Amino acid sequence: MEDERAHILPEADSGTSENSRRNFLKQSTLLTAIALTPATAVKAAEAHVDEKIAGAFEKMPVKLEVNGINHSLSVEPRATLLDILREQLDLTGTKKGCDHGQCGACTVHVDGRRVNSCLTLGVMVNGKKITTIEGLAKGDELHPMQEAFIKHDGFQCGYCTPGQIMSAVACIREGHANSEMEIREYMSGNICRCGAYPNIVNAIQEVKEGGFKV
Amino acid sequence: MTNNQSTKGLSRIDGRLKVTGAARYSAEFAPAGMVYGVLVGSTITKGTIKSIDSKAAERAPGVLSVITHQNCPRIAGYQVEPGKKEPEKGTYKLFYNNKILFNGQPIAIVIADTFERALYAASLVKAQYNAAEHNTRLIDQKHEAFAPEGDGTSKRGEADAWKTAPFKLEQEYIIPSEVHSPMELHAIIAKWDAADRLTVWTKTQGVQDTRDGIASIFKLPRENIQVNSKFVGGAFGSALQVWPHEVAAIVAAKLVKRPVKLVLGRADMFTSVGYRPHTWQKIGIGATADGKLVGITHEAIGQTSAYEDFNEGPIGVSRATYACANVNTLYKLSALDIGSPTWMRGPGEATGAFALESALDELSYQLNIDPVELRIINHADTDPESGKPFSSKYLKEAYKLGADAIGWSDRKTKPGATAQNGWLVGYGMGGGMFGAYRDKAAARVVMKDDGTLLIQTAVSDIGPGTGTMIVTIASEEMGLPAEKIKFDLGDSSLPLAPSQGGSGTTATVGSAVYQACTDLKENFQKLAGNGGTDKPDYAAILKRNNLQKLEVTSTTNGGPERDKYAMYAWSVHFVKVLVHPATGVVKIDKAVCVADCGHVVSPKTARSQLIGGAIGGIGMALMEEVVIDHRYGRLVNNNFADYHVPVNADIPQIEAIFVNKPDPYINPMGAKGMAEIALIGMAPAVANAVYNATGKRVRELPITPDKLLGKDGAMES
Repeated sequence: MEDERAHILPEADSGTSENSRRNFLKQSTLLTAIALTPATAVKAAEAHVDEKIAGAFEKMPVKLEVNGINHSLSVEPRATLLDILREQLDLTGTKKGCDHGQCGACTVHVDGRRVNSCLTLGVMVNGKKITTIEGLAKGDELHPMQEAFIKHDGFQCGYCTPGQIMSAVACIREGHANSEMEIREYMSGNICRCGAYPNIVNAIQEVKEGGFKV
Repeated sequence: MTNNQSTKGLSRIDGRLKVTGAARYSAEFAPAGMVYGVLVGSTITKGTIKSIDSKAAERAPGVLSVITHQNCPRIAGYQVEPGKKEPEKGTYKLFYNNKILFNGQPIAIVIADTFERALYAASLVKAQYNAAEHNTRLIDQKHEAFAPEGDGTSKRGEADAWKTAPFKLEQEYIIPSEVHSPMELHAIIAKWDAADRLTVWTKTQGVQDTRDGIASIFKLPRENIQVNSKFVGGAFGSALQVWPHEVAAIVAAKLVKRPVKLVLGRADMFTSVGYRPHTWQKIGIGATADGKLVGITHEAIGQTSAYEDFNEGPIGVSRATYACANVNTLYKLSALDIGSPTWMRGPGEATGAFALESALDELSYQLNIDPVELRIINHADTDPESGKPFSSKYLKEAYKLGADAIGWSDRKTKPGATAQNGWLVGYGMGGGMFGAYRDKAAARVVMKDDGTLLIQTAVSDIGPGTGTMIVTIASEEMGLPAEKIKFDLGDSSLPLAPSQGGSGTTATVGSAVYQACTDLKENFQKLAGNGGTDKPDYAAILKRNNLQKLEVTSTTNGGPERDKYAMYAWSVHFVKVLVHPATGVVKIDKAVCVADCGHVVSPKTARSQLIGGAIGGIGMALMEEVVIDHRYGRLVNNNFADYHVPVNADIPQIEAIFVNKPDPYINPMGAKGMAEIALIGMAPAVANAVYNATGKRVRELPITPDKLLGKDGAMES
């Protein structure tokens, strides 16, 4: 992994973060070539060609399997899984609520486990299987948890709902849905400001007691 | 045991879109060429900006522009007419001058091609300030409070009559600022379609009010502005006006000639989109030995910003709730160096009810009269303010339903008398009321030859289930199954609807839908000729007449009935709490909420709304509190780890009960709104239960363990 990174990332620079890019570019052979023809260099600078080249160097290749579909992406190391899903893959079912892992709206499954996608960088999940709310139903057939949320009205505005449902499925899989109290405890990482908690608990209990495969 | 109470009634029509992630909220559109905006906030609380260095940000990769007050294009609606002076107070104007009015005030917007690049570049914007001395502490400023525009005082009967009563008390009650904190962050995508034409996707409780607000700020014809807000991830009052961040995105989109998306961070949600104001109140209340109220004096001082007066009238409840001949009120505002407050669920009444319903509870112990009984003794049979009859009121029935459901007879009058597994047990109750409003609205209904009905109205649905309510009304009126009815809302080009707020949507928009359906049926009768049935086979009639569709747009408004009757909705909340004597932890063991809000149109969603409001009230009672470091004027708990809202583990099963008797006058459905009453009265119910459990009266919310434990860490009682 270390070796692989060395090829992708530019060398570390001792300058401030603000101008490190430029220092790097000055040293790079590509820019040296451009620099030999001053007029071209000026033009390139005006057209932000340096930025475009830098942008490419700043990104890392990442392979994600999202809802059964393989994606080969080039992402900035600082891009979160949440923002990659929403802004690059147009999977807006995963919600942004706090960016700090404090609300659970962004909950997705990574290799079957629930995680806060806002606290997960895209580069951390290279090669992993991601399931989002869009991947839970089988075609038109809703997942039992989605059905139960509708039946028990486990939401109002619906914004925390995808995260609640992904968490709820994992909660049963983890074996943490054995009582009302246990469900409440293990669902407390997902805030619902509309206050649908009792209905959410009822929906999870029904799915658990119904013996559905989740 | 699975609780099945939540499964009764029509399920949310748009539920499938919400559980599959297909519902798109305002940040979830991607017009071609869209770029990202991130705001930079002031790090001082009061003063002026000396200089802003945005060069580093401008040079950062991907950055298209940085806008500050130094280079912001002229915003037409901000300008003062020639010859006139800049008004002393008014809505805060973004990037207008170098003045800093509150901590976190946006001083720049950075626009870049990706969110990450905009966010990073925003960190490179550096400002130098001339800081001035600030004040953000309400209690320090009480003496400088002033009466709001209109009337801060009122008197019915004799002032301070409570002092003459044999049983009386005078106490102060304080609520901290609370923040709406909807789960969806406020967000806007602004796209200029032409030099004077604009489309926005934004989080708003009213697409047409937002359209009109933008039109006035940018001096554009309102028909040139399209506002979309099909799904709103909660708002609770925080999306009833055009906020500065919306102006920022619109200005930015114009300048960079690209659509701009701006999503507030969670921290900005605490400073930039309003809050329920920190309010100090004092109640003097007195009664005769048989519990009859002699007088109430209710004073309140609420905080507002230095630049804008926000008046929510928390003292109104004392005038309107109980039969009492002598009531005088005094309400003032205190201007602080902080962003403006705004309406938050149960505005005014939720604050006032905490004081009034707590004081009544205190009085009940003095009188040795059951708190429910005390309220029945002082029940207002007619509106105490106007003397008018109520359009309908079944509050006494609500008291009984709630008391029976919670097991009120198990309550011991003596505080701290009951324990359960080492926890102290207490019961409490509190009531709420809110005006039952009805406004002007229109709806278009379109019957198509495939037998489906389309209903269109501009109203937003911030969560209560407005679409489901509309479909339920149309389904009953037209005799069509719900699956055959589609609705379209949250679009400013659709027929007139007011903002969703003040519990008015069902009465207002529901009435328009009802009327449009009635008018459509009449047209079908005419088409079918004499002898047509009330609910015919619409598709067959259309085919017979070679028509593809028949449509009607109807507009309705409240009528003269509003002059004849006083119209309110009521709630009563009952709670059983457990208090741990060693730690001071309060747990809600059981809660019962009863609403007297006329006919319940959509039982399943109404139940959820009542429970949801009650949970908001539990948050108000036990945990929600904005904390400011007054040395710097800055919020210290602007996130969900430090500003606590109820989570699943805090909430038991909550029983929601509806009296469910139609109001004969208010509208054709006989329905009253219930969003506010769901919350109003819950916080005092919890405080009263805590007193019953511990003997400790907490008059300053929230009721955190430190307030229940004495200095030695033991519970005083």
